[in-house]
Amino acid sequence: MDEQTLTQESGTRTIAAADAAGVNKDDVIAVLGNFTDPDKLTHAAQEIHAAGFVDFDIYTPYPVHGLDKAMGLPKTKLPLFSIGGAAFGLANAIFLQWWTATIQYPLNIGGKPYFSPWFGMPVMFELTVLLCALTTVFVMFGLMCGLPKWWHPLQDDEGFRKAVDDTHVVSIEAADARFTVESATALLGRLGADDVRVVTA
Amino acid sequence: MNAVKSESVREPLILGNPTMGQVTDKIAGIIEAPPTKKYWVLLAFTALLAAQGLASVAYTVLVGPGVWGVKNPIGWGWAITNFVWWVGIGHAGTLISAILFLFRQKWRTAINRSAEAMTIFAVICAGLFPLLHTGRQWIAVYWLLPYPNQMQMWTNFRSPLEWDVFAVSTYLTVSLVFWYTGLVPDFATMRNRVKGLGQKLFSFFSLGWTGSTKHWQHYEMAYLILAGLSTPLVLSVHSIVSFDFAVSVIPGWHTTIFPPYFVAGAIFSGFAMVVTLLVIARSVLNLHDFITLKHLDNMNKIILATGMMVGYAYSMEFFIAQFSEYSFEQFVFVNRATGPYAWAYWSMVSCNVLAPQIFWFKKMRRNIAVMFVVSIFVNIGMWFERFVIIATSLHRDFLPASWDYYTPSIVEVSIYVGTMGIFLTLFLLFAKFVPMLAIAELKGVMPGAQPSHHGDDHSAHNGAAQSGALHNGHA
Repeated sequence: MDEQTLTQESGTRTIAAADAAGVNKDDVIAVLGNFTDPDKLTHAAQEIHAAGFVDFDIYTPYPVHGLDKAMGLPKTKLPLFSIGGAAFGLANAIFLQWWTATIQYPLNIGGKPYFSPWFGMPVMFELTVLLCALTTVFVMFGLMCGLPKWWHPLQDDEGFRKAVDDTHVVSIEAADARFTVESATALLGRLGADDVRVVTA
Repeated sequence: MNAVKSESVREPLILGNPTMGQVTDKIAGIIEAPPTKKYWVLLAFTALLAAQGLASVAYTVLVGPGVWGVKNPIGWGWAITNFVWWVGIGHAGTLISAILFLFRQKWRTAINRSAEAMTIFAVICAGLFPLLHTGRQWIAVYWLLPYPNQMQMWTNFRSPLEWDVFAVSTYLTVSLVFWYTGLVPDFATMRNRVKGLGQKLFSFFSLGWTGSTKHWQHYEMAYLILAGLSTPLVLSVHSIVSFDFAVSVIPGWHTTIFPPYFVAGAIFSGFAMVVTLLVIARSVLNLHDFITLKHLDNMNKIILATGMMVGYAYSMEFFIAQFSEYSFEQFVFVNRATGPYAWAYWSMVSCNVLAPQIFWFKKMRRNIAVMFVVSIFVNIGMWFERFVIIATSLHRDFLPASWDYYTPSIVEVSIYVGTMGIFLTLFLLFAKFVPMLAIAELKGVMPGAQPSHHGDDHSAHNGAAQSGALHNGHA
């Protein structure tokens, strides 16, 4: 969901597609349709993407293999952040052990060198892993998924609430440049979605 | 055709062929049902165990570790034994959640959640012992953690004990983060089911998860990265714990076999603990369709394999000691098997090497009573392993005049029993308030959950009408 739809303040209503002729076009948030068969769902994702829609999403109770590709989503950039976090952790570990032993408080222990990478390995490894893991999770949830977010424009829709249980919900959003209620409902109907409906503000 | 064939050969991961809604109902139902009387009685009992242990902890802190049985030359007693034992138990959780994930072992999905929880609770229990062992816990901060202080003192990064601080705290943090990441979609499921305070809490912890594919895409990558990080991490943690011993120059400790031997032992004891807990949990919570005999069978196979590795390590240690021509080393090992602690040594060998041999038989691997007894034996045996390593290497040192025999004081025993209480209390709370099985992951491996083909092959949709049941991903 993009930011624009999240500024809605009132509750939403769900209207079956057949009864949606009279709704105010400006109030429409999205057109939704349910799927249960993952094959039909994947096909629908490909078709909606092929029809040129960008602002559409599919809510699923578990990750469906290949659905992101079918939707035409770009590959996630998360690994780049993870590598950055790992490098940061490693640099910290080296600096911490080197600086405390040679600059801040040099301590002669049996004539051994103040610093050597070999005794520093375990701490280097652990801090690399620690910072990489924390970076990965915080970037994934916070930056990439935009969570935490305590409100969602579709949250009152009964089908949408089942998307964390046993239903796949396809949502074509009104924010999309190509969106009209008619084209979206017709497309979802043609692709075999159940219970095609319009969510309005 | 291959897919069809492998489906019919392999046992299903979930029995009874439930629908996805039924899976949600079943697992969420554990949380939604009000706690039974049996639950309260159990919880009260484990909390009592924990409380008496914490009382002994308080006593130790107030009076000092002199209340323990440790004395020269045995400076490490039950406390370090328990530390190594608990850390080891945690390792199975990470193995199941990370290593089996990387190997695409789908059977892990039914047990990974509880095994990860077990990891976290075990590491919490483990951490208590070295902290207490520092003696003056209130000033131990600057011995353990490198922070700028008025004395300008820094920690000794050359010490394996300091490596331990980093290894164990990293392990705890990463395990917690991994566990939580897996829980977020399930918290979202719970959020939409329960009402009242529960809904508020699940709502908060689910972070507003919706199941958007745009999120799943990043989420799956994060999960993969965390699994990839946890795999070397879990190997490093018990390696570093073994460095506590191996880097010293004590005969019986100073051996290069220690890191792999400790890691194998850790997985061995951890799986035994998983079996112990899950055998109870599946019968109490009626999870027979989810935690099937296939799961238990697989875990028993791992127990058998790692048990043999541990047995190999015992014999190899002995051989290398004799081969070394180093009389102190030779003495330590002969003393282990025939000296005052021979009872502990042979308990260890019978529990760890002999007991699991019964798992060569499929019938035994699938017999609940047998596996429960063996898993208890392994838990005991692995505790003895650490005890043998510590006590027998220390109690007869280089100077025969200082030889001694170590027995724990009542306070040490009480703290050990107390950590079991803490562990079980946390596990009971977890089983009641957190989805005990990974709901979202389970659904992903159900028959018909995944498309039979993916990618951008447009002709593919002809297959949409086919039964999804034939295509269980790459089970």
